[in-house]
Parts: sequence; C-alpha cells; structure tokens
Amino acid sequence: MGTVKIPIGPQHPALKEPESFLISLNGEKITDVGMRLGYNHRGIEKAAEGRTYIQNMPLLERVCGICSHSHSTAFSQAVEEIAGVEIPKRAKYIRTIIGELERVHSHLLWLGVAGHEVGFDTLLMYSWRDREVVMDLLAEITGNRVQYAMNALGGVRRDIDKEKQEHILKAVDVLEERTKYYINIATKETTLIKRLSGVGSISKEDVIKLGTVGPTGRASGVTRDIRKDDPYAAYADMEFNVITDTHCDVYGRAVVRLLELMETYKILRQAVKNIPDGDVSVRFPRRVPAGEATSRYEAPRGEDVHYVKANGTDKPERVKLRAPTMANLQSVAKMLENNNLADVPITIAAIDPCFSCTDRMIKIDNVSSGKLEMITWGDLRNQSIDFYKREHGLDFAELNKKYRERGTL
Amino acid sequence: MRRPGKMFREVLKHLLKRPATTTYPAEPARIPEGFRAKLRFFSEKCVGCKLCMKDCPANAIFIEKVGDTYEAIVHLDRCIYCAQCVYACNKSALEMTKQFELAQFDRRNLKVKI
Amino acid sequence: MIMQLFHILIFPGFLFLGLMGLVFEYVDRIVYARLQNRKGPPFIQPLADFIKLTAKEEITPEHADVRLFRLMPVVAITAVITASFYIPLWSITSLFSFKGDIIVVLYLLTIPTVTFFIAGWASTSLYAMIGAVRTLTQLFAYEVLLFLSILAPAILADTWSFSELTVYYTTHPAMMLFNLVAFFISLVAMLGKLEKVPFDIAEAETEIVGGTFTEYSGRLLALFRMAIDIEMVVGASLIAAVFLPFGLTLDPFYAFVFYILKVLFVVFLLSVGRTVFARLRIDQMVSVCWKYFAPIAFAQIILILIIKGVVL
Repeated sequence: MGTVKIPIGPQHPALKEPESFLISLNGEKITDVGMRLGYNHRGIEKAAEGRTYIQNMPLLERVCGICSHSHSTAFSQAVEEIAGVEIPKRAKYIRTIIGELERVHSHLLWLGVAGHEVGFDTLLMYSWRDREVVMDLLAEITGNRVQYAMNALGGVRRDIDKEKQEHILKAVDVLEERTKYYINIATKETTLIKRLSGVGSISKEDVIKLGTVGPTGRASGVTRDIRKDDPYAAYADMEFNVITDTHCDVYGRAVVRLLELMETYKILRQAVKNIPDGDVSVRFPRRVPAGEATSRYEAPRGEDVHYVKANGTDKPERVKLRAPTMANLQSVAKMLENNNLADVPITIAAIDPCFSCTDRMIKIDNVSSGKLEMITWGDLRNQSIDFYKREHGLDFAELNKKYRERGTL
Repeated sequence: MRRPGKMFREVLKHLLKRPATTTYPAEPARIPEGFRAKLRFFSEKCVGCKLCMKDCPANAIFIEKVGDTYEAIVHLDRCIYCAQCVYACNKSALEMTKQFELAQFDRRNLKVKI
Repeated sequence: MIMQLFHILIFPGFLFLGLMGLVFEYVDRIVYARLQNRKGPPFIQPLADFIKLTAKEEITPEHADVRLFRLMPVVAITAVITASFYIPLWSITSLFSFKGDIIVVLYLLTIPTVTFFIAGWASTSLYAMIGAVRTLTQLFAYEVLLFLSILAPAILADTWSFSELTVYYTTHPAMMLFNLVAFFISLVAMLGKLEKVPFDIAEAETEIVGGTFTEYSGRLLALFRMAIDIEMVVGASLIAAVFLPFGLTLDPFYAFVFYILKVLFVVFLLSVGRTVFARLRIDQMVSVCWKYFAPIAFAQIILILIIKGVVL
C-alpha cells in the first residue's frame, strides 16, 4: 500500500480545535509530518489596538477558555508595569489563588482528554466528574465557570471572604484524594502505560533547541518554570517544588502534570492561610503613559508572554501575545518521527494544545513565488468574494447587502 | 504492582452509586451567586454619564434620553456578559441577573430594552 | 414447511434476533454508563438509532465498487443469523443441529470480519482502507485464541456437536471446572472478535475517524450495526452454550429463561472488560495475544489432554 498521505484535521475527532497535520505513512510508520496553522485566527491583536485598556481586559480574557486567567493576568501585569502602579498584596494573593485553581482545572481536563485519545473513556468520565468540584468552586468564587472577570487594572474586582476560603480548603482536600488515585492508576495500569510509554519522545537537547516550554519541556529534564525563575504575583512567598521527569515521552508528561497537581494543592493551602488583609484594588489612570513592557506568566500549558506598547493615549499601540502552544507545536514534528499512526492523537494531545491561543499570524508565505507579502483584511475579503464568484457562481457581496437590509446582520 | 484492569474494583463500586448526571432541563440548573447573565437597569438611578457605553468591549449597551428619564437598550447577541458596565457605573444603576435562557429564533428579538 | 419459515423469519430468526440484538445493545450500554457513573441511554435508544439510520440518505463514494459496497452489510447479517441457528436455545438440540456444528458456528463467525475488510477496501477512502487492513491483522491475532478456547471443552467432551456436549456436561457437571482458564481466554478473544476496547483498533474513533465504516451511511450502516449487535448476541450465546451448558434439559420455557440469564451474564462480563482497559496499538495487540495468551491456551489444551488420558 505504498506511501499514503493521511490528513489529520482540520476537522478530526482527535483534535479539539482545528489544525491541519498532513501525515505521510508507510504502512503504519510515519515518515513525514506537514503542519498548517491559522484556522482559529480571530484578529485579537488587531482588535486590541482599537479598544481602550479597560475594554481590552474582557477581550484578552476570551483568547482561550481554559487559560483565560493567564492571559488576563499577564496583560494586567504588563500594563501595570508601564503605568508604574503597585497593586496591593491581597490582590496578588487572590490572583495566585485563582491562577492555581485554573491550573487544577486545566490538568484534570488534560487527563480526561488523554484518556479519551487512547480509548480509555472511563478515565475521561471519572476525571471530568472530579473536575466539577473545581468548577463549582470557581463558580462560587467568581460567578462563572470559565472566563472569571476577576482581574481589573489595579487589582482584582471581588474579594474572597472567610466562607469561601473554607470552601477552598475543603475542595482541596477532596481533590488531593482523587489525584492520588489517578497517580496510582497512571503508574500501574498496564494498558495505559503501554500506550503512553515510548511514544512521542524528544530529547533534552532538542527541547532546548526548539524552545519547548511547560510540562512538555519539563518531562525531558529541563527545569524551567516561570514561577520560580521570574516570580510574579505572590509566588515569591510560596514554597513549592518544580517537577521534572526524565522519561522524555508522553508518560513523563502525564506524570509531570499529575505531580504538579500535588504541588498546586500545597500552594493553595499556603495562599489561603497567609492571605494578608487590605484593599483589593487601587485607582488606575485611564491614560497610560508611554512605554513598553513584557510580562511572562506560567500558564497551565507553559510560558505565556505578553508585550504591550503604550503611547500616552487610552488605547494601546501594540499588543502581542505568544501562547505556549505556539512554542510547543514546533516539536510535534520531531516527536512523531518513527512512531505509528496510532500514536498521532496522543502525541498531539500530550503537548496540551490550545489552538485558540496560538493562531496570531498575519504574514502569508506565497508558496509559488517564494516571496513574503502582507495582505490586508480588505484585500483578503475581496479575494474570497472573487474566488466564490469565479468558481461557484455565488456572489457574496449581494448576499451581504440583502442580509444587511433585512436587519439580521 | 503493574497489572491490567487496575480500575476494576473502583469501577464495580460505581454500580451501587447514584449517577452524577444532572438531568437539565428536567431539573433546574444550579446557578451560583454572582452569575453574570441578562442585565437589569434602574433608570431612576441613571444620570446619563454613558461610562457604561464607553467601557463596553462589544458596543452592546446604548443609553438614550427619553423625555426626563434615561433608557437602556442591550444587544443580547453582542453582549459578552463580562459585567464591565456594572463595574464602571458609579451610581449602581446596572445589575446582572441570573436569567440565562435567552435564546431566540429571530435575531431582531435579541435587541431588548431593559 | 410453514414451521421452518416461521423459525427462520420470526423465532429464532430475523425478528427475534433483531430484537435480542437491540435489547443486549441496551444492556451493554447501560452497564457501561453506570460503571462510569453516568445515567446511560433510555430503553428505546437502540431502536431509535436503527430507525433514524434507515431514514437517512445513503451516499456512495465516487470511486467505490458499488456492488461490493452495497452487498457487504447483507452478507454480514446473513452470516450471523445463520450462525445462530446452530446454537441451542431452549433444548439440547438447536434448530438445525448436526454433528460438527461448533466448528461451523466458528467459521460462520469469521465471515463478518472478512466482510468488514472488503467493505473498507471497497470504499477506497484512506481511513477506510487503513481500518480494513487493521481488521485483517487483528483477525490473525485473536482467531487462534478463539478456536483453541472454544474447542477446549469440546475436546474434553470428545465431540464436535453442541447437543452431545450438553449431554456430556449434564452427566458429568464437575468437568466444567477444568475449563475455567479457557473461559477467561475465550472472553478475551471474544472482545477481539467483537472489536471492543481494548481491541477496537479497527474502528478507533480518535485515530481513523470511522475505520472501516467511515463511508457508510443510511440503511447500509443500519444493517452493519445490526450485524455487530447480533454478532455480540451470537458470540455470547456461543460462550454460554460451551462453558455453561446446564439447565438445557428442563422444560423448554425454563431452559429459555436460563439461556437469557446466561447470555446476560456473559454480556455483563464483556461490558466490564470494555470499561477497565485502554485501547492497544495493533502491534502491541498482536504481540500480547501471541506472547501471553496463546501459550496459556495451549497449556489449557495440554491439561485437557492429560485429564482425558489419566482420568477417563
């Protein structure tokens, strides 16, 4: 059956979000991987340039559903650094608590997704049922299960009172029990270990060369955690370990994420016990003075970098995000060498992809002429209207006018 | 000790437990306090400063002067339920209710006066 | 003649087997759901799925071999229904029993797997072809195990027909205990034959979308799914008839009730097996089956031969 090119994506049951991988197969062995990104591009960086800083807070939170607090906090940290505003300590602790709760939710979600990709649906159902504990807790504290709207420029919006702190501690106890059970399963269940070991290996040198971040990089022995290397919020006061592993494959990544959960519970208990009294926010000017800042945040998937450039008005001049999945995607091609087709879904799922965070590019590579050119939004729209008129006989300009007149656009 | 079928005992215990499914819409959904859904407007408290309009990321709320009082119109399909307007209002004239079942068949019904 | 037609079409033929297939699919799904702490589907779900599928449009791929594409579901369902005619349901003899019907049932159960392969190959879609090749590779892994484990009690009873096997074990009930290892191996091999986790490699949803059935829709897919359901009933009845051959000498009504209970028990064990494992890769499956299970099956056969020589 020679060499076969199989498309995994853009629509595929293995991927939660659209991305295109073209896998060349020889029997069941993979010989080549081609990637195309950009199916989830929504123009958030451009939209952020036309809105004020206050309007940008909810916008940047909605970059991703699972790591929403990461993006929101990283943006606030960058803007607060430009304006030179120091937020109160209580606000820093509250940001830490919500960030760590988000990490719990994200890692439990990953465990379920990994179970589903290897056909172990029972693990999916159990871990997502336990994730409901954290979701209910976050709903009680912030009002919503994802996209918490907790951050404001200059601090946080809501306070966590004594009753909610009790609930946090109780939930952490329950979750610690369940996480110990999952660590037991992941290290002892034979079929799971068979599927996860030896799959998607990447060596330590390649991790450093390709810039892989987060638990994916830490599973190959590279000790890089922004919470320890460059502490932000309240992490400078917390005591915790950075978990690394030497397995270098998907099994190592699972072990790293599960053990990180145990460290998260330690941090949560410390934060709730030591939370200082005080205000939760300070006044923040509407016009931010000119300057630029880069802020880094350890999202559940890795290092999230935000760059903000201000020019003295109330709108930012440039906002740039680099999501962790963008750094990890480069290594997927290296990980898939010499593996079977059956390993592709679990390898892609092991970097914990969040393609919504990733797609930010507006540079198009003209493959036929070999030149790089930039296309504006108006040009792209006209190109697509021409394409459909030529190939399929549909005129979208007319359809758009009709819907606008009818008032349903 | 590694063996296949490690979840066996735990799985069999679940035969006797109640299922963890919530049968919405047969039973009502559990909504937390502080949930952010449809907006509510107190026109007697509004002074027409339009700070909520300025701070809305989605251009979803419009304040108009009708006679002596102010009226608010919300585009429910544009609103992202972030409560930035609630936070911005100095007179507490806006509040988020828990009414989330807002779906309609016709888009024109989603522009409501609150 | 009328009686034969009645037996073939209504009971225990098409209608009865179809109903049994739907009922046992429901049992399997609700046990799977309750073990995972969920609610599970309502009672009418398998019938609703079948009716919905028959109402949908049938799309044939452009380059596919149309005759083979449309013929395979019919061949699959015919083979499984024919296999069920040789399994004793309510008495020691089945509908068309003769000497050697255990072997015939096993051969007839191989036909659906071959139809899955041809169906996938005739679809000429990438995912279907990979699924078809995997089905055939899987056949080489579990077929020997299935034959060895099902034939172990038959060797002990010195016969190849169901009726004589049942008579032998009813007169020597203690001999059933020597077949326990083969019972366990036959459950594993049946999970492979029915393509359920950990051996559902041919229809792995997260890897190759639909496997062999990617291009099937409408009535053809309904027939394939019915064939898979009936294959589960037939497989479970086979295991129940060979390893639990008691209660068949009673009054036909009570024998039938016993039969239903035995099949329910085997289906329950298969559902539990589905829940606690992850899916294996095809090369891992072949190596596990040949490295671990085949020697155990061979050891069981040698034990049976020793017992026959020493005891009898």
